Amino acid sequence: MLNYAIRRLVLAIPTLLLISLVIFLVIDLAPGSPMSQVPLTVPPEVRAKIRESLGLDAPIYVRYFKWLGQFFITEPAYAIDHIFGTNWADGRQRILSYQSRSPVIDIIWQRLPQTLLVVGLSYVLAVVIAIPIGIISAYRQYSWIDQTGTFVSMIGFSVPTFFTGTVLIWIFATKLGWLPSVYNTAMVVDSWATFWSRVSQMVMPVTVLTLFNASQISRYMRASMIDNLGQDYVRTARAKGLPERTVVLTHVFRNSLIPVVTVVALGVPTIFAGAIITERVFGVNGLGQQLITSIFANDIPMVQTLTFVFAALILIFNLIADLIYGWLDPRIRYD
Amino acid sequence: MTDLTSGTAVADKSSRNQWWDVWDQFRKHKGAMIGLWFILFIVVFTLFGPLIWPYDAAKPDIRARNTWAIWSCVGQSSGTWPCLFPGEEARAIKASWWHPLGTDQLGRDNLARIMIGGRVSLAVGMTAMLLSIFLGTLIGVLAGYFRRLDGVLMRFTDLFLSLPLLPLLLIFAALYKDSLSRMMGPELGVFTLIVVAIGVTSWMPTARIVRGEVLALKEREFVLAARSIGTQSTKMILRHIIPNVVSPVMVAAALGVAGAIITESVLSFLGQGFPPDFPTWGSLLFEQIGYLELYPMRPLLPGILISLTVLSVNYVGDGLRDALDPRIRGR
Repeated sequence: MLNYAIRRLVLAIPTLLLISLVIFLVIDLAPGSPMSQVPLTVPPEVRAKIRESLGLDAPIYVRYFKWLGQFFITEPAYAIDHIFGTNWADGRQRILSYQSRSPVIDIIWQRLPQTLLVVGLSYVLAVVIAIPIGIISAYRQYSWIDQTGTFVSMIGFSVPTFFTGTVLIWIFATKLGWLPSVYNTAMVVDSWATFWSRVSQMVMPVTVLTLFNASQISRYMRASMIDNLGQDYVRTARAKGLPERTVVLTHVFRNSLIPVVTVVALGVPTIFAGAIITERVFGVNGLGQQLITSIFANDIPMVQTLTFVFAALILIFNLIADLIYGWLDPRIRYD
Repeated sequence: MTDLTSGTAVADKSSRNQWWDVWDQFRKHKGAMIGLWFILFIVVFTLFGPLIWPYDAAKPDIRARNTWAIWSCVGQSSGTWPCLFPGEEARAIKASWWHPLGTDQLGRDNLARIMIGGRVSLAVGMTAMLLSIFLGTLIGVLAGYFRRLDGVLMRFTDLFLSLPLLPLLLIFAALYKDSLSRMMGPELGVFTLIVVAIGVTSWMPTARIVRGEVLALKEREFVLAARSIGTQSTKMILRHIIPNVVSPVMVAAALGVAGAIITESVLSFLGQGFPPDFPTWGSLLFEQIGYLELYPMRPLLPGILISLTVLSVNYVGDGLRDALDPRIRGR
């Protein structure tokens, strides 16, 4: 298993580098340069000076490798200095945001917990809700539980997250006034009262994402369970007198999880896209919100690093899915 | 349609086209049929509605601004009936039959805007789907048919699958919008940009499905027979391979329309889609979200239409999948 994990981890490195190159090229070849917002009254030589000071006059490959160096060498060095009090990173240039002139990584580090909290919580909830529904729906196919479950998951799967969010705000914040419509990130949790308001402001964003994720997972779980329930090994298990509970929950369940994990891993980008949208709808101060403001402000270093961080997060989640996959299906560890 | 089907079935069962079987199976899926009718209704509504409806979607009328929808009298001071008849109540909130869905803050007719917006949303969905299906089928067939290309193309597909697509789409839209608008005009430019961006980022599932199908097809006897009489690769692909992957591609196409409509509305909702004077359902929702408290129907109605359309398309996709699967069909 460890061998397999290391192999997957090593394989992820070239992918990550390739993704960083793709992101860099998309942003860099774009005609809308950060200079387009400088007023036309600024004389050309001053413009050239500004470009030079931002490092935009260097050839594209130089800038790419500089960024790589900053992200993979300077920033970790700073982190190590910060923790152990060494001075490895002295005199090195960090990635600075055009907008705030502060290091990009610090801003990302501040905002990462909000995104991961909402995404992680909704994901765990979605799995907890969806898997039993999928199992029951498949085991009692065409019963009323199955019909309702299929219909609700079809709706959850079709209604865009930004619209679910809008409707929830309209009902629970505007009409009923039960929940706050805007997320307050600055809130410090130090008592039961603040803890409850923290929970109440998380209810809506988490619900929106959970509904979307759960409907997807339960659909796949149901389909995969139905496929497996008709297999020969199920008949064998029943024939040798195993209790129905063991047959369904041990044999069929574990085998049905394999395709579900694959599909879930492929859907990880969608999950982060959903997080970006919900952060925008509810004003959660996370990575997605920062990305959108930075795109509007033409803050190239921030946009680039953030997109890369999203790519890295997606890759990490994919890696976790791969490891689960290897644990569920021992055959693929030795391919 | 119904008469034609049964007529053919009775008259000549032996030479019946297999698509009639597919249609018979499709008709049994209740959700898919309701979805199909709803899609037909939406297409007619958005295509021919603006031709009949007298108001222009872009023309402001300040004197008639912020009127309410016709059913808004319910829940007002004394009203329990919709404002079907012009009276005291209806006049108080400026609801009239002239604008059944009310008008927005500039006095533009909401019904006209929703019809025009739907037209754009559907057009984006269809065109982006065609592009994504074309790319997906091309790459899938090449990867499945030519063993030398398989490794490269599938690694390429995997790379695309692990990209953070929404951030990249937002960046695409933000950075390339101005120059494309200058090149092709604001409307066509943004349309092209969004269609290409969605198409280029959504072909991967189709490619994987098609590749799998082609790999299985290649081992079949009829391909061997065709090869033994000296069929060239291009002919083989066009005549024998492509017609046999039509079913999974059709299902992927149905789901692709749904995905493209959602992606377009997400981009518009995040402010990187179509400009405000060029309505789509997504941009109408985005534009009116600030009026959610005062006039909830203005943002909710386009959202409901997006949701219902996507739901219908997904149901049609489900029905197609069942109807095209020969193992389910005929049972």
